[in-house]
Amino acid sequence: MNLIVNGETQVLDTATLADLLQVLEYEGDWLATAVNGDLVHREDRADTHLADGDKIEILSPMQGG
Amino acid sequence: MLKLYDTELSSRLLLGTARYPSPAVLSEAVKCSGAGIVTVSLRRETSGGKTGGAFFELIRELGVRILPNTAGCHSASEAVLTAKMAREVFGTNWIKLEVIGHHDSLQPDVFELVEAARILTDEGFDVFPYTTDDLIVGEKLLAAGCRVLMPWCAPIGSAAGPRNPSALTAMRAAFPDIPLIVDAGLGRPSHAATVMELGYDAVLLNTAVAMAGDPPAMAEAFAKATDAGRLAYLAGMLEPRDMAVPSTPVIGKAVFS
Repeated sequence: MNLIVNGETQVLDTATLADLLQVLEYEGDWLATAVNGDLVHREDRADTHLADGDKIEILSPMQGG
Repeated sequence: MLKLYDTELSSRLLLGTARYPSPAVLSEAVKCSGAGIVTVSLRRETSGGKTGGAFFELIRELGVRILPNTAGCHSASEAVLTAKMAREVFGTNWIKLEVIGHHDSLQPDVFELVEAARILTDEGFDVFPYTTDDLIVGEKLLAAGCRVLMPWCAPIGSAAGPRNPSALTAMRAAFPDIPLIVDAGLGRPSHAATVMELGYDAVLLNTAVAMAGDPPAMAEAFAKATDAGRLAYLAGMLEPRDMAVPSTPVIGKAVFS
């Protein structure tokens, strides 16, 4: 299925958000995730099922003013 | 002592973490500034990337409070989601709320700002709104639940200094019991001293330090200017006059002719 990860369409066969992070090698406790504009808490990623066309945002800390 | 959302702070300088020549210079600048709060942001992480983790570790080692921002957001909904994601990462209810309305000036969209402030306050956030010096907007932000206001004094990164001191003075007078922080537009330590002399409670700066020739030294200069301005405000300054007033007493002066 097509998933839009941080603005890029990717063909992935990952059932849950936790699976997606693992497949794409996102690691660390400093990430924040959202699916289709809604925050998904760290502890809910394994229960968050993905569907074709879902938009996933994966953010991490950076410098800011 | 400065009190922001029930947190007491000994420093009246808040420092941004962007645009430094290196992480080491950033760390040194934060230490030299004496800042108790630094601002940070969130951006998309690349697959397999670890840059965010390295930066977060550096900030944690500084031992200061973290104030995440919503920089780059152009709507209330974007800012609200970013704030929630920031709370997930940084583990704080504090959020520097930025909702940009204009590309060139980076002027806040105050209508979206007020709406976002209301939603975030309801969600338990302590909102630090980056706003203009408009009094009515200030009132609306306070009504939305903000307990701090952060007006600009000039566009972000412009280094122009206070462009409208009269408006800043009016804001101070309108909100005597609300912590007011000048956020954005400061370029020189004298600018910081000027707004502190107007009675502002603190300053938030980034570019003026980060892009200076020697950021740690400039951070220290700003810290001293901020303290000097505060001390002068508390000490009570003379109002300017048009005519001279002799400082040396004239009583008892010798008469030679």
